[in-house]
Amino acid sequence: MHVVVIAKRVPDLVEDLVIDSEGRALDPDETEYKLNEFDDQALEQALLIKDAHGCKVSVLMHDADGVDKILYTALAKGADSAIKVCTDAEELDGNFALAQAMAAALGTLDYDLVLTGVQGADDRDGQLGPLLASLLDVPCVNVASGVSAADGAVTVHKEYSGGKMARFSMALPGLLGIQAAAQSPRYVPVSKVRAVQKEASLQELEVEGDFEPLSRVAAMSAPEQSAGAKMLGGAPELLALLKEQGVVS
Amino acid sequence: MAKYERDESYVELDHVEVDGVDISGHWNRMYQPREITAFTPEKIEELAALSGAESIAYCYQCAKCVGVCPVDAAGGDYGPRKIYRRLQTGLNIFDSPDLWKCTTCQNCVRVCPKGVDMVQIMPAARERSVLDGKVPPELQEMFEHVAEYGNPMGESPRKRERWIKQAGVEVPILAKTKAPVDILWFVGDFYAYHKRGQDAAGAMARVFSRLGIDFGILGKDERSDGDSQRLAGEPGLFESVAEHNIQEFQKYEFNRIVVSGPHALNAIKTQYPKLGGQFEVEHYTQLLAPKLDALGPLLTKSFDRKVTFHDPCYLGRHHGEYDAPRKLLTAVPGLQLTEMFRCKEQGYCCGGGGGGMWLDGFMADQVSERLSEKRVREAVEVGAEVLAVCCPYEVSRFEDAVKSTGNDGALEVLDIIEILDGCME
Repeated sequence: MHVVVIAKRVPDLVEDLVIDSEGRALDPDETEYKLNEFDDQALEQALLIKDAHGCKVSVLMHDADGVDKILYTALAKGADSAIKVCTDAEELDGNFALAQAMAAALGTLDYDLVLTGVQGADDRDGQLGPLLASLLDVPCVNVASGVSAADGAVTVHKEYSGGKMARFSMALPGLLGIQAAAQSPRYVPVSKVRAVQKEASLQELEVEGDFEPLSRVAAMSAPEQSAGAKMLGGAPELLALLKEQGVVS
Repeated sequence: MAKYERDESYVELDHVEVDGVDISGHWNRMYQPREITAFTPEKIEELAALSGAESIAYCYQCAKCVGVCPVDAAGGDYGPRKIYRRLQTGLNIFDSPDLWKCTTCQNCVRVCPKGVDMVQIMPAARERSVLDGKVPPELQEMFEHVAEYGNPMGESPRKRERWIKQAGVEVPILAKTKAPVDILWFVGDFYAYHKRGQDAAGAMARVFSRLGIDFGILGKDERSDGDSQRLAGEPGLFESVAEHNIQEFQKYEFNRIVVSGPHALNAIKTQYPKLGGQFEVEHYTQLLAPKLDALGPLLTKSFDRKVTFHDPCYLGRHHGEYDAPRKLLTAVPGLQLTEMFRCKEQGYCCGGGGGGMWLDGFMADQVSERLSEKRVREAVEVGAEVLAVCCPYEVSRFEDAVKSTGNDGALEVLDIIEILDGCME
C-alpha cells in the first residue's frame, strides 16, 4: 500500500502578523512558516499505518521556502520519500489551486490512500481534501479520526455535532481529511534529522498548469479591537451591577 | 526459566522448623542466594554499555545516595542504589518512570564512594529512549519548542529582546552597536520571556548600568543555552542551539560572558568547549560580589526582612560557588540572612534541573509533594519572609510552590538581583 500525505506550510502564529503594502496578503519578509498542524496529524496517521501494516509513506509539499526542513523531518520520522512539487507559480493562491497542482502530481504516482490535514491556519475554505478528491475522482471522508487500514479498505471515525459519531468504511484508492491521528505526532530527535539531511535527498516533481484560484483576497486587515471586558471583583460587585441594571431587585 | 523472572523452584514455606528451632518469617530469607541466581546481570550491563553510563556498574549498594536524594525525600522512592537494585531484579529502565525522575542535582555523586555518576548515567539512558521516540509529552513539547524557536516557551525568537523596553535603562544589543564590550551578558530564556524573569532582567540591566559595567547582549540572536535539553536526553538539540550561540559569540569582541543562570554557566563552561567554543564565563553573582566596594555604597535603601537563600544545584554543587550570592545578600543593609538546614553542599534541589522544569505533570504521580514545595516549607520553617534565589528557573517554581503550600503572603520569592536593584535609589 502507498500512503501519500499532502502537506503545506502555514504562517506561524507565534509571530506578529504583518500585512503587506498592498493590503491583500501577509508580508512574506515578515512571516515565518511552519508545517500545518493538521498535516502533522495526517503524517502521524500515515506513519501509524506504516507501523501497523508496513506500507510506503510519501509526503508531498508545494515547493517554497522552509519546506526542505519540514520534509527532512518527515523522513527522519519514518516517511519513505519526500517530494517537492514544483510549479511555474511561486505561490499557489488558495486550496483550489493547491488541489489542482497536487492532483497533477498524484496523477504521476501510484497511490492507494491520500491523507491531508482537515484544515490550515491560512485556509479560506478548509476544503483541500474534498477538492482534491473530486479532481482525483476518488471517495473522500473529511474531518476523519481513528483511522485503521486493512485489506484494500480503511475504516474511519467522523464526529458530528450533538455528540454523534459515525464509522465509515472506504474503498481504496481514497482520500481522508485528517482531524486527529490515533496518537499525538511523534518526536524525532534533532540528531536523526541532521543524519537524514546528510544521507537522504528530497525529490522534485515538476507539474505543468496554470493552477488559477477560484477566489481571491480582496482586502486583509487586522480585526477591529472590541471595547474589552471588565473584570468584576467578586459576587458583591456582580450583585450590585445586576441591581443597577434592574435584573434583580 | 525465563530471564528476569523469579525461580519458582524456590519454595517459601509459611512455617519451617530446623533442628527443633522455628525459623519461620521473612527475616531468614535474606540469606538465600535466590535473587543473585534467579536474575542475570544483563539489565545492568545493558545500561552500563551506553557511553557515559558505565559507572552504574560500580554501585555496591551502600545507600549513602538514597539518604541525600531529593526525589526520594519527596516520596519518590528513588536514588542510584534503588535503581541499581531494580536493574538487578529485572527493571527495564528505558520504559520506567524512574528514567525521568533524576534532576541531575549531583547530591548523590557528592556522597558516592564509588563514583556512580547519575549526572552522566541518566542523560545517556534518556537519550536512548528519546531516540526510540519515548518521551513524556510535556517534555516533548519543550523539545519541539526549542527546536522550532530556540526557547522552551515556544515564543517568537524575535520577541526575545522585548523585555528591554521595560528596563528603564539602555541595554546595548551587540548586533546594533557592533562595539567591543567587557561583558557579554547571556540573558537566557526565563529572563527574556517569563514575566517574573523579565523583572529580574530589568533589575540586572539597571544594576549593570549604575555600576558602569560595559556590557552588551545578543538580543533576538540568542538561543536557549541547551543544557537542560542535553540532560533530558536530547544532545542533538543541545548541539544545534549551542552551535548557534557559539557562532553568535564569535561574531563579537568581549572579555567574558556573564550568565543570568547556573544552567547556562554549566553549558558554556563545561559543554561549549567540546563544540569548539572556549569562553571565559561566570555567573552574575560572581561578577558582582568582587565589586561590592562600588556596589555597597549604592545600596542606600534598607531591606529589613528575614531572608533565606536557596543554593542552585548548578551554581553550588556543580561549580562550587557558595560564597558570592551570600556576600551580596549580607551586603544589603537591614537584611537578616538565615540558613536552611539543607544549604551549601547539602542544598536541596528545586526539582527543575535535568529537564524537571518540564516534567511537573509527570512527576505529580511519582512524588508525594513537589521538590519545590518541600523547599518552600523548609524556608518557612526557619522563619524566612523572603526566599532569595539566583537561578532563573526558581522564581516561577517557588512562587507556584508558595501558593500550593498555602504560604501566599507569608513568603516572597525574589531573585538576588531584584533585592539589589530594589535597594538602590
